[in-house]
Amino acid sequence: MSLHYLNTAELHSALTEGRLSSRQLTTACLNRIEMLNPSLNAFISVNADQALLQADRVDEKRRRGERVGVLGGLPLALKDNICQKLVPATCGSRMLQNFRPPYNAHVTERIEAEDGVIVGRLNMDEFAMGSSTETSFAGPSLNPWNRQRTAGGSSGGAAVAVASGMVPLALGSDTGGSIRQPASFCGVVGMKPTYGLVSRYGLIAYASSLDQIGPFSRDAFGAGLLLQAIGGHDSRDSTSIPVSAPSIEEIMAGVPGKLRVGIVDEHFGEGLQPEVGDCVRQAIAELEAAGATVSKVELPHSKFSIAAYYLIACSEASSNLARYDGIHYGHRADQFSDMTDLYCQSRGEAFGPEVKRRIMLGTYALSAGYYDAYYLKALKVRRRIREDFDRAFQSVDIIAGPVAPTPAFPLGEKLDDPLTMYLCDIYTISANLAGIPGISVPCGFTSDHLPVGLQFLAPELQDSRLLQAAKLFQQRTKWHEQHPELS
Amino acid sequence: MEISDVRKVASLARLALTEEELLTYGRQLTGILDYVRLLDEVDTQNTEPMPHAIALQNVFRDDQRTNSLDVADALSNAPRTDGQYFLVPQILEERSGGK
Repeated sequence: MSLHYLNTAELHSALTEGRLSSRQLTTACLNRIEMLNPSLNAFISVNADQALLQADRVDEKRRRGERVGVLGGLPLALKDNICQKLVPATCGSRMLQNFRPPYNAHVTERIEAEDGVIVGRLNMDEFAMGSSTETSFAGPSLNPWNRQRTAGGSSGGAAVAVASGMVPLALGSDTGGSIRQPASFCGVVGMKPTYGLVSRYGLIAYASSLDQIGPFSRDAFGAGLLLQAIGGHDSRDSTSIPVSAPSIEEIMAGVPGKLRVGIVDEHFGEGLQPEVGDCVRQAIAELEAAGATVSKVELPHSKFSIAAYYLIACSEASSNLARYDGIHYGHRADQFSDMTDLYCQSRGEAFGPEVKRRIMLGTYALSAGYYDAYYLKALKVRRRIREDFDRAFQSVDIIAGPVAPTPAFPLGEKLDDPLTMYLCDIYTISANLAGIPGISVPCGFTSDHLPVGLQFLAPELQDSRLLQAAKLFQQRTKWHEQHPELS
Repeated sequence: MEISDVRKVASLARLALTEEELLTYGRQLTGILDYVRLLDEVDTQNTEPMPHAIALQNVFRDDQRTNSLDVADALSNAPRTDGQYFLVPQILEERSGGK
């Protein structure tokens, strides 16, 4: 029997009941990675020996009857911006090509404590800046449904690895849609939790007030299980909220009562590819058939979200990335005239075009004379966007709509036109600005067989509701059980 | 954006850019700045800025001593060290003959 596309609940119970060992499953994943990664480029590095050792530890615990953590020996992989002690974390950048973090991220510690098996590290846009995984110094990840198409981004490697059955679970990070959009492009589940539910300690920063780590899986169970393992308070992240993550039992119990679904006209307006709109409307009708009520809500400031986002994210990035100075860690130029020139040459050589562009934009927006007009203005619009959500969620439990206006686009199509690339994130970005959780769930295919994603948004800390709604949808549909043909 | 502005921003950002990069970023940043002018449509006169996604205040932890990174670990990724410190190029000029 092939293990690659078993759903996470089946894999988990096979492990828990001893019908399958973590070593068997981990070996199957490693073989699949070896076979498929050369053509899909999902992984930047694979740590087979370390993974098998950890798998054996979990199997041994289980054999001895000791408590096994919630991940139960499931293999998974991490986006290359999440620190694992002494394992290279490149962030998709030449700048960090040789960087080995001296400590573990909070989520890495949690995964080890809950008996997950980390098999390797996943490709990403450089410093998580991009929507196609094309800005990685390791080259783009390819979409397993059509290798002429992008995987989405910035967590493209994670989406590809899960969609192609290399691993059942993965962790990515989402600053403006970087989990949900690649999940949509590759036909898997990807979730951005509430800001502050998962500690950012050991996540290499892009835009600190927006960055959030979250799970990829092929189903709601897997995403919920991984969120339970990694969520909860951590005093090393001062923005960590003192609550626990929802438990998998709570999620699998399903939606309590009748689900009130909100839809927003702006999500179905200009720019949305008609086939994507059709799939999403069909999906919402499916929820209605399952007993949900559907009503319209308004998010009048949603059209301002991209402009506000790029000012805020780039301003934070210009500040965060000032740490790459060629002195403490990262690339250092060989040729320079003085100290300042050492900084300039090292950064000029090792950052790619998208990172430089965002640092430039952020530096400009924060510079004297422009701060009020750009950065401060964007922060005020951000509050208006948040207030829109607060109002909308007075009458509905979740908001449903498309994840992205198009399916996966061709490689190279938008790389030279930054603004067009930025507009890919139009439906996902507001959740990061508002701090609320969002999830992408597979909901159909276009006529040329590219996956389409359905996005649910929920109020702050209603992460369980999102996963319950995703589970409800997956109980009634089979989209998540379709897999790309790979050889 | 004028090329002189682009040059100034690159200098503030500590980025050595080629002439070609300066021209490209100048053109692209002008396009992006035109686009974000969209925000002027929003009346924000009575709106407080929202610097963070959640309203956490006064985050304290217990004042307990914990281990920090030891020197060898902290230096382990540095391009140049002497085993105890980060090594940087000389930043003060030597003065000959005087104090």
